[in-house]
Amino acid sequence: MPKSKKENPITFRKDDIPSLEFSHEDFLNLYYFMKLSREIELRVINLYRQGKILGGVYSGIGHEAISVGSTFVLGEEDILLPMHRDMGAHLVKGQTVERILAQYLGKEAGVTRGRDGNMHHGDLSRGIVGMISHLAAMIPVAAGVALASKLQKKNRVALTFVGDGGSNVGDFHEGLNFAGALKLPMVLVIENNQFAYSTPISKQTAAKNLVDRAAGYGIPGVIVDGNDVLAVAKVCREAVERARAGRGPTLIEAKTMRMRGHSEHDDHAYVPPELLETWKGRDPIQQYERFLTENTLWTSDEREEIEARVKKEVDDGVDFAEKSPFPRGEQALEDVYAPVE
Amino acid sequence: MAETTYLEAIKQGLREELLRDERVFLLGEDIGVYGGAFKVTKGLVEEFGEERIIDTPLSESAIIGAAMGAAVMGMRPVAEIQFSDFSTNAFTQIVNNVAKAHYRYGAVVPLTIRCPSGGNVHGGPYHSQNPEAWFTQVPGLKVVAPSTAYDAKGLIKAAIRDNNPVIFFEHKYLYRRIKETLPNEDFIVPIGKAKVQREGQDMSIITYGAMVHYSLEAAQILEKEGISVEVVDLRSLLPFDKDRILESVKKTSRVLVAYEAPLTGGFGGEIAAVIADEGFEFLDAPVRRIASLDTPVPFSPPLEEFYMPNPEKIAEAARNLMAY
Repeated sequence: MPKSKKENPITFRKDDIPSLEFSHEDFLNLYYFMKLSREIELRVINLYRQGKILGGVYSGIGHEAISVGSTFVLGEEDILLPMHRDMGAHLVKGQTVERILAQYLGKEAGVTRGRDGNMHHGDLSRGIVGMISHLAAMIPVAAGVALASKLQKKNRVALTFVGDGGSNVGDFHEGLNFAGALKLPMVLVIENNQFAYSTPISKQTAAKNLVDRAAGYGIPGVIVDGNDVLAVAKVCREAVERARAGRGPTLIEAKTMRMRGHSEHDDHAYVPPELLETWKGRDPIQQYERFLTENTLWTSDEREEIEARVKKEVDDGVDFAEKSPFPRGEQALEDVYAPVE
Repeated sequence: MAETTYLEAIKQGLREELLRDERVFLLGEDIGVYGGAFKVTKGLVEEFGEERIIDTPLSESAIIGAAMGAAVMGMRPVAEIQFSDFSTNAFTQIVNNVAKAHYRYGAVVPLTIRCPSGGNVHGGPYHSQNPEAWFTQVPGLKVVAPSTAYDAKGLIKAAIRDNNPVIFFEHKYLYRRIKETLPNEDFIVPIGKAKVQREGQDMSIITYGAMVHYSLEAAQILEKEGISVEVVDLRSLLPFDKDRILESVKKTSRVLVAYEAPLTGGFGGEIAAVIADEGFEFLDAPVRRIASLDTPVPFSPPLEEFYMPNPEKIAEAARNLMAY
């Protein structure tokens, strides 16, 4: 396990490429998922401005490297417990563009069939446990998923996320401590995007690095550049392997920046413009594009093919979602309880 | 056959379900070698091992959250909250996470939450509460509160077999005071069904938990005064047996609702409202409630006795109702 590098988060260099054991297709897929995630969110923002979306829109623009890079190293059997800025993670786990977009529009075809909005959804058939609005609440649940894996001897890992703000909630402590004490196969990624709604990290905690808290639970903590998809993938893969080997949970702090407001109604005027400008130059997708080009990991044809595919999938998805019917009112009464065996 | 206590009945139910279904496991604070704060789980870790009887850190939210995660993955956990008063630490997990998972994305959460509850044990404000009404307002949860050893065993088994989260309020006062002979064969008590514990003609007492026993004592007192009381034990609060309640109201035309939680906002208010709404034409008197006073549960015996209903207070409320 790499040691926590307090001043310099782990980044990825050309020399590290073999360590990932990624195929050519893997490199292209990472790009595809990040690009697809970005494209869906841009379209959702557009739909929001047209007044077609009922609830809020909490985008993960700027977070793509974290949600895609971390989930990409999971096995099919592993379980994801995403947060509200993890569009890419849902996509990597196989959730369809159509159902995600129908979810935003409150349609019957949405992942929760209109019971919940925006990114509040899960799909157990794809190994995704749905989040609730209470931040950090999914960390104990992830520990329970990992506990079941251990009891069932399944060798599956639970991956979950929390923000810098959510890391101050009691469940962060309870869940991580529980997983540490029981040595459960869990990976927790803090998406430190520096602002909890309008409150900067400096007002949230006196801790310099959130990952320092790992020491209090007796588990390893790693800081990674959250805008570097390959660095995230590398660090998460090591954590997943560690979990699978029965060595317990890992805490990862991915440093990034929230590039838009907390949600689309928020103009984030509280963020110093120069801070946004700095991070704009470090956009995770553009950074990865440069990496692929500089290291001749793709051709311009491949790039164009992916971009065209992404555009078409999102166009089709929006079309599908807009044409989909709403659920009927009386369907509100369905599924409050599961059938008893 | 020897009589079984309410406490022993719960343990038997847990043990039989652990034997019956390998997906069942228990988790909670001090439930292993120590056997739980009340010794309900005593001996189970020796029989089933530490993988199925899991001592957890002192973390109620993590206990319920983790139980939910395991349940979603196909296990059937039984989580113990050492005192139901501490369920507040797990309130988000129970009310927002566990209860809504099926509705939101179809997760099946077969989770039983054991909550030792109730007063008359001089436990003070944090070891004596009856917090069932905190949870009966949450669709997606089931809530049960057995009053007899038979029901305690039958309901814990039904809860474990149910594909939904069930909060099991076991009354501390009844643990070693109530006993009866239980059948040898496997049985469950279906969730959602009330039971008439005593037939009567003149009035109905609708109640649950420890108040069932006080109501039965009150009925004995009243019988000597020529008042015939029917005692309906709800057993399940969410869902509750509306049909059985209305049947009793139709028969007696007078209803007293007895419960141990503070009066205001208590679950008995819901029962009174349903009777007023759907049984009005059967009534000869207003629906009355007898409950604890609207204070925290006090510690000192005279204060707690003043605070809580008892058979005499229930009998007095019943006399007033008959005199209406």
